[in-house]
Amino acid sequence: MNKLDTVDHAGQTPDVEQPWAQLGLNDTEYQRIREILQRRPTEAELAMYSSMWSEHTSYKSSKVHLKQFGQKTTEKMQENMLVGLGENAGVVDLGDGWAVTFKVESHNSPSYLEPFQGAATGIGGVVRDIISMGARPVAVLDSLRVGHEDHPDTARIIKGAVAGVGHYGNILGVPNVAGETAFDPVFQGNPLVNAGAVGVLRHENLRLAQATGAGNKIVLFGARTGGDGIGGAAMSSAAFDDEGAANTPVVQAGDPLQENVIIEATLELFAKSLVEGIQDLGAAGIACATSELAAGGDGGMHIELTNVLLRDAELSAGDILMSESQERMMAVVTPDNTAAFEEIMQHYGVEYSWLGEVNDSGRLTIDWDGQRIVDVDPVTVADEGPVYERPYARPASQDTLQAATFRSSQQAEQLPTTGEELKDAVIELMGSANMADRSWITSQTDSSVGGNTRQGPPNDAGVIRVDEETGMGIGLAIDCNSRFVYLDPYLGSQLAVAESYRNVATSGATPMGISDGLNFGSPEDPGVMWQFAEATRGIADACQELGIPVTGGNVSLYNQTVDTAIHPTPMIVTLGRYDDVATAVPSWLHPAFDGSAIYLLGETFDELDGSQFAHLRGHLGGMPPAVDLAKEYRLAGLLSNASRTHMLDAAHDLSEGGLAGALADMVVQGGVGMRINLDYVTERDNIDAFTALFSESQARALVAVPLSEEVRFRGIAESRGYPSLRIGVVDAGSQALEIQDLFTVTAEELRHGWATALPNRFGN
Amino acid sequence: MPTIVVDVMPKPEVLDPQGKAIDARLPELGFREFSQVRQGKRFELTVEGEATADVLDRAKALASQLLANPSTEYIANVEVAK
Repeated sequence: MNKLDTVDHAGQTPDVEQPWAQLGLNDTEYQRIREILQRRPTEAELAMYSSMWSEHTSYKSSKVHLKQFGQKTTEKMQENMLVGLGENAGVVDLGDGWAVTFKVESHNSPSYLEPFQGAATGIGGVVRDIISMGARPVAVLDSLRVGHEDHPDTARIIKGAVAGVGHYGNILGVPNVAGETAFDPVFQGNPLVNAGAVGVLRHENLRLAQATGAGNKIVLFGARTGGDGIGGAAMSSAAFDDEGAANTPVVQAGDPLQENVIIEATLELFAKSLVEGIQDLGAAGIACATSELAAGGDGGMHIELTNVLLRDAELSAGDILMSESQERMMAVVTPDNTAAFEEIMQHYGVEYSWLGEVNDSGRLTIDWDGQRIVDVDPVTVADEGPVYERPYARPASQDTLQAATFRSSQQAEQLPTTGEELKDAVIELMGSANMADRSWITSQTDSSVGGNTRQGPPNDAGVIRVDEETGMGIGLAIDCNSRFVYLDPYLGSQLAVAESYRNVATSGATPMGISDGLNFGSPEDPGVMWQFAEATRGIADACQELGIPVTGGNVSLYNQTVDTAIHPTPMIVTLGRYDDVATAVPSWLHPAFDGSAIYLLGETFDELDGSQFAHLRGHLGGMPPAVDLAKEYRLAGLLSNASRTHMLDAAHDLSEGGLAGALADMVVQGGVGMRINLDYVTERDNIDAFTALFSESQARALVAVPLSEEVRFRGIAESRGYPSLRIGVVDAGSQALEIQDLFTVTAEELRHGWATALPNRFGN
Repeated sequence: MPTIVVDVMPKPEVLDPQGKAIDARLPELGFREFSQVRQGKRFELTVEGEATADVLDRAKALASQLLANPSTEYIANVEVAK
């Protein structure tokens, strides 16, 4: 190592050239650090500030827009929130002393460089966010956006990412119960890998990330610190250039067996009340954990950095501060509890080292072998980073885009009208990469480990039992149609909230809150920033209208290759509650449902812009389907009420692929047939058969109602004034979807393309 | 027929959970002479004909294209087996 750059040395050598630009800072930011410190930063301080002030960690471009999530949360919405925005993850009250915490995080750029480890450590990281709240992880979920299904690089990304998600989650023993994957060329150079995790806890075990109480000890436990991911936060804050990576950090490799032990050790620390505060180490590693813990507490903190256990003895102080080695946690322990803490670590065979202690100096000081290398006000590092009011403007091209409707396009000149043409279109739809069977993915991720999964894929929502005595539990879904958001960021984001919310309600749960994973292009592009501003406004307004809070989330910007940004993709996770998960409703047909009536809830309009059908024809333009949140709210109430009182055999929300997609999916999943008469729909809604099948109008769902429950079901649909049409019956004997007077397509005919689309491309 | 051996190792700065797991067992078994274990993999390529310098170069090309993941691994050695 070079001569140690101490605070004293920095004071004496104000003119030393520093690599602030390589570390991702701009000139103004660097000058501000010098102003704050009244001298130049040391190498270690520069490492801390640069990683903590990066876009990924500081949210400097997004903060001004994220504020409204809190501002638009009414008191009523807060009723069930124990912890809100700003902590590692929000916490929602489930009643009976139970609470649930959930979060979605992006791991996009690491997953592009090394899909397997990138996705695996995405799961590992979000799980540690959950355990640092004192919760036991009970489910994970994932959302993937990759390039065109036939592009050679897509196989590399999706095979690696799916295997990585499965590897980490399966070894961890946490079931993967929900997820979605979409293919679109806009994600070719910027795939999205978002991972979510859900944990449950008892109210009394809730702890926050803060270091309080002078004299309390700071301890780092878990894996050793190596050179992994140095500069990761800075990389996630830059666009990829022509050459590939903007700057290539060392890949972080995960070790799920280590994480497993950390989960148990950490939960025991909580159960025995041995920690005052706790924080997982993610982006910006020790720099982040120390400054956030100190800033969140009431005093200062002192650390001796040579106490950190290393995997590589050659690391410099700056490297140690910035390392993103996985499976590490930092905790604050009172002196009385240190012996008991060590006992637990030894019991689980977890390595730990005492780094320093909390004091009342108001400063975060870090020494290297007794020499001072960091002396900062932690608040300036963690909370007072730059905040940008980036200029934003609706791009002029948006008008052209919205004017180019599907109906006015060349592609709409020859639409399927005859029975034979419509049948072919349904088969083509179901065999397309975005609609095809997800078994290739979901067979690599264990959805039932743990024994509390009531239902997993391919249902609309994953369902997990929380309380084994009462059956109380949760439902989860993650959704976003990026094409809708691209066409209109405000409405499209509301549609993402609506779809995720509807999926949870369709499975019978009462929606309680959402977490959002906001993936966008470069904030330095005013057009992208406009998308971001519109999307956040849309989500906040939608949540307010639906009466459910945004409990937390993640922002990933710079998902951009040279001039091409991804489609804006706010992925929405909705969490819902069941009194008893036994009332959860599957989204496909079982032979036992023979004779049940099929009802279509909601109305269908001519809404094909941004639809899966338009995508199949290579068209993208126009306006997304109309949003009606009041209707979504009523539909959700109707669905959760009907399922709670055992009126439904099955329910499927209508989203991508419209009515055709939902009908075909219900049939092909279980090989159980239906007889459907579309005339009721076309007559009431004044549309043709093609529109009835492929329009993606919102606030719709299909339900299968047993004959014995029909009278009651019609009663509640009517009393709630929700449009409902009996359009057919389940016919277990036929194993085919029969659209009367138009066509019959057998489950076998559908399966042919549907079941093979992914395995044929990506292997078995 | 000659054999070319290719050794691939995880990059030194990348975590190697398998090596770490083995490493953790050493003191229990009384092996205190070793401070670290890293686990890599060995490939054996059977050569058609003679193992000339050109063939060795081809083996190196194969190793970097297919046998090692450049983001997490490096080729430690390519040689004709004795």
